[in-house]
Amino acid sequence: MAELPNLIPAIPELLLAASALVLLLFGAFRGDTSTRTISWATVGVMALAAVFIISGPSDGVQTFAGMFVADGFGVFMKLLILLGSGLTIILSLGYLRDHGMERFEYPILILLATLGMMMMVAAADLISLYVGLELQSLSLYVLASFRRDSERSTEAGLKYFVLGALASGILLYGASLVYGFTGSTNFDAIAANIAAQEHGASVGVLFGLAFLTAGLAFKVAAVPFHMWTPDVYEGAPTPVTAFFSVAPKIAAFALFVRVMMGPFGGLAADWSQIIVVLSATSMVLGAFAAIGQRNIKRMMAYSSIGLIGFALMGLAAATPEGIQGLILYMTLYLAMNIGAWAIILNMRRGSSLVENIDDLSGLAKNQPMMAAAMAIFMFSLAGIPPLAGFFAKFYVLLAALDAGLYTLAVIGVLSAVVGSFYYLRIIKLMYFDEPAEKFTAPTREVGLIITAAAVFTLLFFLFPAPFVAEAELAANALFR
Amino acid sequence: MEIALGHYLTVAAILFTLGIFGIFLNRKNVIIILMSVELMLLAVNINLVAFSAYLGDLVGQVFAMFVLTVAAAEAAIGLAILVTYFRNRGTVAVEEINRMKG
Repeated sequence: MAELPNLIPAIPELLLAASALVLLLFGAFRGDTSTRTISWATVGVMALAAVFIISGPSDGVQTFAGMFVADGFGVFMKLLILLGSGLTIILSLGYLRDHGMERFEYPILILLATLGMMMMVAAADLISLYVGLELQSLSLYVLASFRRDSERSTEAGLKYFVLGALASGILLYGASLVYGFTGSTNFDAIAANIAAQEHGASVGVLFGLAFLTAGLAFKVAAVPFHMWTPDVYEGAPTPVTAFFSVAPKIAAFALFVRVMMGPFGGLAADWSQIIVVLSATSMVLGAFAAIGQRNIKRMMAYSSIGLIGFALMGLAAATPEGIQGLILYMTLYLAMNIGAWAIILNMRRGSSLVENIDDLSGLAKNQPMMAAAMAIFMFSLAGIPPLAGFFAKFYVLLAALDAGLYTLAVIGVLSAVVGSFYYLRIIKLMYFDEPAEKFTAPTREVGLIITAAAVFTLLFFLFPAPFVAEAELAANALFR
Repeated sequence: MEIALGHYLTVAAILFTLGIFGIFLNRKNVIIILMSVELMLLAVNINLVAFSAYLGDLVGQVFAMFVLTVAAAEAAIGLAILVTYFRNRGTVAVEEINRMKG
């Protein structure tokens, strides 16, 4: 009889898995009228999981035969993921009710996707990496096509599925090569095997690494693997798009960092060049392609590609400072993006959503508070000091300069200048153009989330120290 | 002639490439894309099992079982999305998937 593995590090994940099953049964018995109850129960479960994560081990303890690890990096990223998922569930409530989409599967799919993301972040083996990634991706494919009577939503789901499955295949092919040429799927064993090679890694491992990188770049939507992002963002129901742009991005990034710094940390000189190219092209394309967009969801898609390019700069540096900058970046990215998406979710007249950038015109005269919050998020995304977005860019740029990536840093600053054009255009529309028709007032939950995100973005510069210290702790967990 | 590791890897590489080309060159039917995705995953399985036998290590075969299971779930979800898409549009031709530019 096999010994029972140590379950304590995995309590948050086990909790999420068990409650997803229980809530699914509950929903199956009670029907779609229970959607609201299940949504709040899901948020409660996530909060409980966050408590378990904070009080749980964070010293790098491994369990399930070395497949699962609980370290400081994982703890920080899991908390961000739970925060992002919980807030999107709350943001979705009004939309689901207005569009006749109140089906109880919705919060449960988000819960399962969140479980997948937490597995990805905690993976210490290629197998658990793959299973976590697929649990997340499969839930996301369904969520993208959740509005099943809409042509655009199902098309978005189909496109996301085909390209996501392709990315998984590429990633898996890379994983099989890495397994074959290092003899193990365990991250520590792979790192040890690579370190033991006298003449550097074999061609097979490098090939596998290239495939793995391509698959992961797909999941974070870095150029040239970004083709799916604009269409999926535009077609998916808006709260789902808000979810896509926050939690899965953070999880995919955490996984990217863990794979690159963990098993392949010894090959940093090889993969760093690939990341530099991904980062530079993402920043440039994100800045230029967003200019011509009229649809705000599509614009935000390109904007997120540009922001991802910036975050990759921290990974390209491959230093503890770079990873620390990246972690901080993702934290502030979460706050800015949740706020901006909460406002986009509130661009509705009556109960129907409008998606054109021009619909925002004159918002300052109609709803000054909302316009002020949107202005804060847009200034912050553009990186204007002293807002949070400035610090996000500042730390990764600093790390890139320390690592000697001067060209990349210059490209980053220049594309940030170009990118600020379309953020500022929204502010100009809101404050200096003739008012369009008034939007419906936000519900209390959405208003609270917008206010909290705006206050955090605005006042981050007063209290950066605890976040910087936590991010440093989390980054150092990868460099032991 | 003995069939060695290299032969298995070559077959897998060919199948994998066929799968990728099947996705990008096919202009007719989304179902063919689903088949191409399966082909890619099966190529990976050949790789994994060949490596497992070569290394004398069971982990590769365990990995292959996981891949098989997930591939089945993936195909089910892909077909389900395809059915809802077909209900809305009445076609599954790749060229017709163009409601949004890109």
